[in-house]
Amino acid sequence: MPTMPAGTLYRGKVGMWSWVLHRITGVAIFFFLLVHVLDTALVRVAPEAYNVVIATYQTPLIGVSELGLVAAILYHGFNGIRIALIDFWSKGAKYQNVMFWVVVGAAFVLFAAFAPRHLMHVFG
Amino acid sequence: MSVVIETPNSPRSKKQANWEKYGWIYMRVSGAALVVLILVHLISNLVVPEGGIKAINFAFVAGKWADPFWQWWDLAMLWLAMIHGTNGMRTIVNDYTEREGVRKTLVFTLWGVCAALVTLGTLVIFTFDPCPIGASLEALPSFCPAQ
Ligand code: HEM
Repeated sequence: MPTMPAGTLYRGKVGMWSWVLHRITGVAIFFFLLVHVLDTALVRVAPEAYNVVIATYQTPLIGVSELGLVAAILYHGFNGIRIALIDFWSKGAKYQNVMFWVVVGAAFVLFAAFAPRHLMHVFG
Repeated sequence: MSVVIETPNSPRSKKQANWEKYGWIYMRVSGAALVVLILVHLISNLVVPEGGIKAINFAFVAGKWADPFWQWWDLAMLWLAMIHGTNGMRTIVNDYTEREGVRKTLVFTLWGVCAALVTLGTLVIFTFDPCPIGASLEALPSFCPAQ
């Protein structure tokens, strides 16, 4: 067994799990974006066609899934800023752990502000 | 053929444009822009309108795209996010594929899908007709003339 190297950023703990989450959320958002460009393209087919498909976004099941999408975007976006700071800011690597919790905190605050409103619309 | 990775501690062997570096920079620059673009997109579509997601329909989109500001906003989002996402997926494909043929096929497919959707989305934004002939009147925005 190799001994644990000191001071790695991307193996184990926050450095690694933040990256795993970044990758999973990135893939999820990518596939949503493919669908989203296609559903929006229906405005060019017929108003009725667009309205029928967009109505599925307003159902309880998909409405609740949208919370997952918003959470994924908030995390991926804020953590992306953290990655850029680690790369470009001289103290970035030193504060990567703190910055991760700032990312999670900021994402949580915005999510908490958004979720009740959105659920009221979906179920109201 | 298996995937060959150059040893990171030796000088670059190829004297070509450093596309990997430009891609790396693009991920960070486009990412910063996308935070603003997407947050405003979500707020203006899901938070500001009375009724949130329930208020989205053809007339709502027509109202937004009547303003060139939102056309260009959405165009910037489309291009930046599609290229960012596709390039990110390319990184992941590079990480997990074992065979060069599989890797090349997947990367080729990714950029093909990207080009198709960016073209489609761009055409939709700029050839959009808010008052198409023959559509039922209640689906159209209020500024359309009676047909
Ligand atoms: C909201 C603003 C966003 C920011 C700040 C951001 C930032 C980043 C950064 C810094 C990376 C790492 C690139 C690297 O290590 O070279 C990345 C990767 C990635 N992003 Fe984004 N991004 C954003 C939005 C998006 C969107 C909308 C999508 C989908 C269309 C997306 C999909 C991906 C994917 C698939 C990866 C690759 C993940 C990996 O290699 O593990 N991102 N992003």
